[in-house]
Amino acid sequence: MPDLLIEIGCEEIPARMIEGARDEFAKRITDLLQRERLTVQRAEAPVASYSTPRRLAVLARHVSAQQPHVEEQLIGPAIKVAFKDGNPTAAAEAFARKAGVDVGKLEKITNSRGEYLAATVVRKGRAAGEILAEALPKELNALYWAKNMYWRTGKSERFVRPVRWMVALLDDESLSLEYAGVRAGNRSRGHRILTSAPVTISGANEYVEELRASKVIADRAERLEEIRKALDLEMRKVSGARWREDAELLNTVVNLTEFPGVILGSFDRAFLSLPEEVLVTVMRDHQKYFAVEDASGKLAAHFLAVLNTDGDRDGVIRHGNERVLRARFNDAQFFWQTDQKIPLTDRVEMLRNVMFQKDLGSYWTKTERVRAISTALARELEQAGVRVSSRVVDQAALLAKADLTTELVKEFTELQGIIGGLYARAQGHPETVADAIYDHYRPESTDDTVPSSTEGALVALSDKADSIAGMFALGLQPSGSKDPFALRRQANGMIRILAEHNLPLRIGEIVERALTQYRACEDLKSKLREIEKAPEALAAFFRERLEFYLRDVRGIAYDVVNAVLAAGSEDVVDASARAEAVTAVRPTEDFVAISTAFKRIKNILRQAREGGKKWPEEFSNSQLSESAEQVLGARVVETRAKVESLHKQKQHQQALTHIAQLRPVIDVFFDKVMVMVDDEKLRSNRLALLATMQRSFSTIADFSEIVTER
Amino acid sequence: MQPPTFQELILKLQTFWGDYGCVLQQPYDIEVGAGTMSPETFLRVLGPKPYRTAYLQPSRRPADGRYGENPNRLYKHTQLQVILKPPPNDVQELYLRSLQAIGIDLRRHDIKFEEDNWESPTLGAWGIGWQVMLDGLEITQFTYFQQCGGIDLDPISAELTYGIERLAAFLQDVDSIYDVAWTRGADGKLVTYGDVRLAEELQLSVYNFEAADVQKAWQHLQLYETECKALIDGYSVLKKKAPEGAAADELRRYPVLGAFDLCLKCSHLFNILDARGAISVTERVGVIARIRTLAVGVAKAYLDQQQSSVREAAEPKLETVEVHA
Repeated sequence: MPDLLIEIGCEEIPARMIEGARDEFAKRITDLLQRERLTVQRAEAPVASYSTPRRLAVLARHVSAQQPHVEEQLIGPAIKVAFKDGNPTAAAEAFARKAGVDVGKLEKITNSRGEYLAATVVRKGRAAGEILAEALPKELNALYWAKNMYWRTGKSERFVRPVRWMVALLDDESLSLEYAGVRAGNRSRGHRILTSAPVTISGANEYVEELRASKVIADRAERLEEIRKALDLEMRKVSGARWREDAELLNTVVNLTEFPGVILGSFDRAFLSLPEEVLVTVMRDHQKYFAVEDASGKLAAHFLAVLNTDGDRDGVIRHGNERVLRARFNDAQFFWQTDQKIPLTDRVEMLRNVMFQKDLGSYWTKTERVRAISTALARELEQAGVRVSSRVVDQAALLAKADLTTELVKEFTELQGIIGGLYARAQGHPETVADAIYDHYRPESTDDTVPSSTEGALVALSDKADSIAGMFALGLQPSGSKDPFALRRQANGMIRILAEHNLPLRIGEIVERALTQYRACEDLKSKLREIEKAPEALAAFFRERLEFYLRDVRGIAYDVVNAVLAAGSEDVVDASARAEAVTAVRPTEDFVAISTAFKRIKNILRQAREGGKKWPEEFSNSQLSESAEQVLGARVVETRAKVESLHKQKQHQQALTHIAQLRPVIDVFFDKVMVMVDDEKLRSNRLALLATMQRSFSTIADFSEIVTER
Repeated sequence: MQPPTFQELILKLQTFWGDYGCVLQQPYDIEVGAGTMSPETFLRVLGPKPYRTAYLQPSRRPADGRYGENPNRLYKHTQLQVILKPPPNDVQELYLRSLQAIGIDLRRHDIKFEEDNWESPTLGAWGIGWQVMLDGLEITQFTYFQQCGGIDLDPISAELTYGIERLAAFLQDVDSIYDVAWTRGADGKLVTYGDVRLAEELQLSVYNFEAADVQKAWQHLQLYETECKALIDGYSVLKKKAPEGAAADELRRYPVLGAFDLCLKCSHLFNILDARGAISVTERVGVIARIRTLAVGVAKAYLDQQQSSVREAAEPKLETVEVHA
């Protein structure tokens, strides 16, 4: 069985898109081979995939050169129509002609719709080459690219970058395949600079080695390994130094190189007086260099650059890279010094000229709103007995956005907030204020930490709440995969801040405070068309975010999450604690039984309600007639009191244990007592008893949501 | 080998692209923020006619001025712009050969094409491409134009924009642009970039940041805009009232190119006002939209004019006349 190689040669594909495209390409080929019955079994036909900036390739082993023949049964007209007086009709003959079978050879079959004429035909398998030549262009056209382009005059095909060559081999035989005006053959290309002549691929299995000889390492994993080794090797030149592990950067450089090399460069130690954040951002984000630290973990005056060539014999490349870095650092230093001429306090006014969002005005107005929200939250926390300085909160909120007017942030936008914090410290603001400013965009990702201080947490919460509320008021909430303002990420951040700082603040109230600020803006009225609907939309949005947090961040089972949120989704800390408590007692037998009982209670009450039955708010002890219900009634009253007090003390697990202990009496109740009796008095009192239980014991979780499989 | 001076670098690139068959144009004589805004790019990429050109374009960006104090940043920097419409299949290799032509031995350097797409909302233009990195330095912006003036392009043009100051500083291995050798004078003495341009950088930074009369700049902007708009509207009026064919001559001589010059004036005035801090947040979006409307209007009229003109073939002859005039 031959091996199949397909290589698409392209102008440089953006690094961020390569991996996804390679995997999708491999999957498409695997599926195509399966669909066309060109592989025996998936497990026996391993598909290897390769990628460099200039190529995507797939090597499928043991492909059938020929599709197997298949027998097919074609169904024709109904027997009623096919024969008249025992003779075949025109319909039968037409069917025979179409099937290519003699009328006499047609069969009769019976299916669910009756008796039909049928023909058994053999569909001849086609050659793999023929099938692939037909199908591959379609697969290529269907590849997903985050951004693609046209390049050929008058042609409609779009690809990430122009396709320049293709290799398509079944063993050593070229497939006759064409895409975007490029005919496939056995000629590939080697490294852009290190080789000049095209590479002839002598067979599918020779691909990797023959490319290697032309200075292209086609396998991504192998390239990554080479880069790691080269980084380690260069690092040995500086004793005690380490390069900073950086998975994201590694992933970028592996996709920027076909034949990687590494150089060690240095910069003037004087630049180490600049904040590490700035230095690392320049190296990492702008120059794609790995930062180097000394034995104590402090940034060293070195960097490692990954090249797309086989070395730097005369040091020209190192010299060039050092020169660029020096210019960048000089710029940063220049900006740092220039920025100090206008302190942050004077920059607040300049925010009038920095746009936050085109319909929500400037950052100056945002600053005013965030100050109002955050100081109100600080007061609320103080009243709840949380130690927090509202003066620090106010000062930090006032200065938080001022760094947007600085040269350094204009140059390195990813350092917003961080620069503000560093400047605040340099300009003599209290450490607490500086820290709160520094942290207020956090957490920026799931890996990022939340602000370290309560004050920072409040500014971060208020800033995010203001952005989210504003966008919802404009009607710009996220939908489906569209979330251009990263509102989901910001909401996730708010929930993590509340949870990790243990803040007794209710989401709905925070959001309401943010909306209140917008309502007070007379000049925004015409723009905020959706503000009336915002509270409801925001409640649903945050509930979904909290659900995500409990499930995906805290790892709590989905039914527990549902049960807990059904009992309230406003207080993140409380919901988390309740979820943990339910998770803890969930495995106990009593709890499972209680959950089943509560489902039953819910059903009975629903059916009664649907049947127009009514019952009072409270059940009456004296009207409980049978002993099972009297026992239950007494236990409910007693347990309710305990649960209420435990709930107040946030002793959720203990409260749950008490509820679970009702199990035997509930079991006896359902065993002995009929609820839906004809006697209206008895019935309504029993319904009231059940309703009381449902109401009183669902404050931690709605147990009926718990999935109880046995 | 001696690295090329600033002017030798320009001459070498021009020779390279001239030999390739490009029309060597002169810099456009109205202030522009980038080589893309020259009609040689903005208008020539529209429509079906193949074209190849290379030209130097001093590009003014008032907000980028640094009073001549920053060694890497300029109010006015020099771009060498190449337009290949349509691009040849080996356009990347061709570009790399141009680097060899200015004395870069590719074998001794590290070259990468890193994703960098270009977009100008003001021009209704965008493209897909790379920044070309040479030993960690961005030396060229390489773009496949997809849309210009809000119009989908076919054929696509490849736009290569070399940053001449950066390249010269790299080749000469100097840390400040102002130390770049511009040329060697008759007496053999070095004339530096600073000798030639420093005063201009300083004074125009002062003008753009401090001295430009905001009120007058607004007035100028309005005057140019009004006239530009009137010309664009005039074209549609002419187009509507003239039956197809009969007014070809009238359409052909209509000054759409004049309207474009006025649009460029508006764009530069916007940049001055912006540098001056005279445009508020709320105004900004609106002014950008106004200029975009002009640019898109001109592009539409230009394209229409090209298509309507029955004597399209006569156009190159007209250019020759202009050159001699």
